Amino acid sequence: MTGQLPVLQVAAPLLCAPLCVLLRSRTVAWLLFLVASLASLTCAALLAVRVDRSGTLRYAMGDWQAPYGIEFVVNGFNTPVLLLVSLSAVVVAVYSRRSVAGELAPRRVPLLYACLCLTLAGLLGLAITGDVFNAFVFLEISSLSTYTLIAMGRRRQALLAAFRYLVIGSVGAVFVLIGIGLAYAVTGTLNMGDLAQRVTGGHDNRSLQAAVVLVFVGLAVKMAVFPLHAWLPAAYAEAPSAVSTFIAATGTKVAIYVFCRFAFTVFGATLVFGAMPVGRIGLLLAALGILLGSAAACFQDDLRYLLAWSSVAQVGYIVAGVSLATTAGVSAAYLHMIMHSVTKAALFATAGLLLLRLGTVRLAALAGVGRRMPWTFAAFVVAGLGLVGVPPTAGFVSKWALVTALVEQGQWLVLAAMLSGSLLAVFYVGRVVEVAWFREPTADAEPAAAPASMVTAIWFLVLLSVSFGFDASLPAHLADAAASALLGNGGG
Amino acid sequence: MAELITAWTSPDRAVALPVAVAIPLLACCGVLLLRHRPIAREAASVACGLALAGMVLALWPVAGQGLRFELWTWLPGLSLEFALEPLGLMFASVAAVLWPVTTIYAAGYLRAAQEPALARFFAFFALTIASAMWIALSANLITLLIGYELMTLATWPLVAHHGDAKARRGSRIYVAVLLATSIGLLLPAIVVTWVLAGSTDFRPGGLLAGQAGTGVLTLLFPLYLFGIGKAALMPVHRWLPAAMVAPAPVSALLHAVAVVKAGVFTVLKVAVYVFGLDTLRDSGAAEPMTWVAAFTLIAAAIVAIRSDDLKRRLAYSTVSQLAYIVLATTLAHEVAVAGGALHMVTHAVGKITLFLCAGAVAVAAGRTRVSELDGLGRAMPWTFAAFLTATVSIIGLPPTGGTWSKWLMLLGSAEAGQVVPMLVLLVGSLLAVAYLMPIAVRAFLRPPAGPPAHGDAPLVMTGPLVLTAIGCVALFFGADVVLAPLAATLELP
Repeated sequence: MTGQLPVLQVAAPLLCAPLCVLLRSRTVAWLLFLVASLASLTCAALLAVRVDRSGTLRYAMGDWQAPYGIEFVVNGFNTPVLLLVSLSAVVVAVYSRRSVAGELAPRRVPLLYACLCLTLAGLLGLAITGDVFNAFVFLEISSLSTYTLIAMGRRRQALLAAFRYLVIGSVGAVFVLIGIGLAYAVTGTLNMGDLAQRVTGGHDNRSLQAAVVLVFVGLAVKMAVFPLHAWLPAAYAEAPSAVSTFIAATGTKVAIYVFCRFAFTVFGATLVFGAMPVGRIGLLLAALGILLGSAAACFQDDLRYLLAWSSVAQVGYIVAGVSLATTAGVSAAYLHMIMHSVTKAALFATAGLLLLRLGTVRLAALAGVGRRMPWTFAAFVVAGLGLVGVPPTAGFVSKWALVTALVEQGQWLVLAAMLSGSLLAVFYVGRVVEVAWFREPTADAEPAAAPASMVTAIWFLVLLSVSFGFDASLPAHLADAAASALLGNGGG
Repeated sequence: MAELITAWTSPDRAVALPVAVAIPLLACCGVLLLRHRPIAREAASVACGLALAGMVLALWPVAGQGLRFELWTWLPGLSLEFALEPLGLMFASVAAVLWPVTTIYAAGYLRAAQEPALARFFAFFALTIASAMWIALSANLITLLIGYELMTLATWPLVAHHGDAKARRGSRIYVAVLLATSIGLLLPAIVVTWVLAGSTDFRPGGLLAGQAGTGVLTLLFPLYLFGIGKAALMPVHRWLPAAMVAPAPVSALLHAVAVVKAGVFTVLKVAVYVFGLDTLRDSGAAEPMTWVAAFTLIAAAIVAIRSDDLKRRLAYSTVSQLAYIVLATTLAHEVAVAGGALHMVTHAVGKITLFLCAGAVAVAAGRTRVSELDGLGRAMPWTFAAFLTATVSIIGLPPTGGTWSKWLMLLGSAEAGQVVPMLVLLVGSLLAVAYLMPIAVRAFLRPPAGPPAHGDAPLVMTGPLVLTAIGCVALFFGADVVLAPLAATLELP
């Protein structure tokens, strides 16, 4: 049984998806998603423990041995991603029941859960697969279901946001596909480990370099790296709350993982960061993304757009760490991936709760909300401080790691951008806090009581973020293991 | 029980250190639990304050034994750790002793001024003291930074307490300046230190000694000094006058004692334990900052003279007096540094008295401007007697504690052969006469504008301020006791 864990990890949510549609019951669909995510979390945790003890796990799909069959590989570099995605799914499952009931027409609810199951399956598959074409398939599964989820947003703008993401995301996916095709043409294999072996020595091959460019540009769309971030703000802000919480926590993070996987264990660091200037371009785009994303967040009047723009900036932080291509840098990037995922999920979940209770999350409507809902807003403040990177929150831990990695490499300009980004974060988080705590309330109607399940989910995330801020040894251990697995090239 | 007593001050796991942080946290929880019962709430606050003060003062005999307590490892290679050393104990004692005094005063003041949300006020007040304890006892820069940021955030609601547009504007400047300097300058400075030395521990003799060249040190030192925005060097002093929108007890305890002293305390710690006084002196890394501090000292004093608003005048006086401590630190001479550390204590006791008096005047007489104080000394004799005592201490005249701190700083600068800084210190004291003396003189010697319509402030307010004024005088006689542990550490002659 335990030998089948890697495939169960993906199969559980994938099987639950059609059941959600067939059974057509809101409660059953919700239960199925909850069960699927709990099953994935169990698999991910068991896999993480086994990898930590005995190293790389390989699973040949249908017993067709690699490089001919599809292979699932579990190693230090993807256990944090698997854990992150499945844990977010569990939290979102708890959160979503009441949140979805308040936002969607009842007949659509099972469809939403079906799509959530598919997204979960796609993201987990993307994280676990050891085959480049299979990675593309899972990328499409997760993307297509995400487009649908965003379109379920309650405002008409959601359709536009979903359509925009559909167009941009599909172009990106095609880039990835062409890149994979070129790599296949050059090397004659689709297995990641096999590709890595055949790529060495062919660094002057133009087709291979073109493959690298195409794959990375395509992935950059999914990662929302500046300037390919245009789809992100509206997509995050218009989606139903549960969906934006889930994709803000996981979507871009998994894409970044796939980027790392391709860069370090498929094409190889010597080709990507040595022969080609991907590292320098990455640092430049990261710095610009941090500055412009944070600046744009300062000018938003809607809480969810503000958070979404801040995500664009935070992706920049992670990309900067990866682009350093050092162990410290990649480890810091993983750490920030984990910390930011927890923090941003908490923030979007809080925004969703506010939306449910107030009907709007425009900043002007939030005046004095902190006094009327002190607990909800206290959660927002703590998580918001995590975005700024104030100690002792989770954001500080990862920012510390990133800043150390940058100082070691002497990247002073990126460091300056990163610190300016933090200062801008002080501004945009401070603005929300000030409006909510220190302004007099405008509306006199008491909002409805907060559903306990949503509050539980939010506070779970917030407390997780604070505990990581005080004792970061677990995420730091995961991140270090990931970095050494990627840079030690042991994964294949 | 016996185990607890041995563990209390055992060298490696001194339980006393985390308990010192935990007591004000306990007070914070207690206040929140008792939020609907005002008397019990404030009694809990004062009781915790007295317990903390007693506990911290009881640590003086073991000040030099290097007690440590490791909380936990935060990241591999970085741990959150407490350690007891003389500078930290001085800062902790000041904050701990003045906390219950101010709490009693605050209870009277906030009722008289009819301020809202008292439970929130006392809770965050206790939280700020907890962060002050955390800062005072931290064993490395990371631990200190956590307490430092926590303090900024815990004081934010206190500064914005009134909740009107003016308070919001003031608190915005306050938080923005303090967070911007700490994230933008202090954090990179700490990271660079970590990369250079492979550690962030405070180490006697200096963590960076022999680890970096003169150029790096000369760049790093200003990064620290401007990064520690709470030390209020110009041009990052703007938060201090902005914070004067806060109620008087906040200005008194936080912006004359806990927050600004956390700033200069960090400066002293960085100079003594991160750079090392010998390294600073030999490399000349601190010299540019001597001039920044000298400029701040004089410029702030001039602004203070020109301010008519009493609290604003006191705020700029604080900026000027903080620059004394920074200036003494940059001289990197043991005697001057000891003087700076002592000034941290004497100025705290003096300035808290002045702010408490300002609050008493505002509540009893409704006056906030210096020009309106004519003849008030007769109506409020206790308040203005205390004010005069504290004035004398800030100026640095006997028989008050300020005498010794200023004397040591002058002596240190003379021994270091620094003539211009010495002159600056002297001129600063003359300017202090010019901005503080007229207040007491007006109150006592000018004829009142009309017949006295009110008496002195209520006893809960005059009591604490008379106590702190007595403290100013007591420090004149007890300065050597305060300095003894530090003198041993710095190997003063």
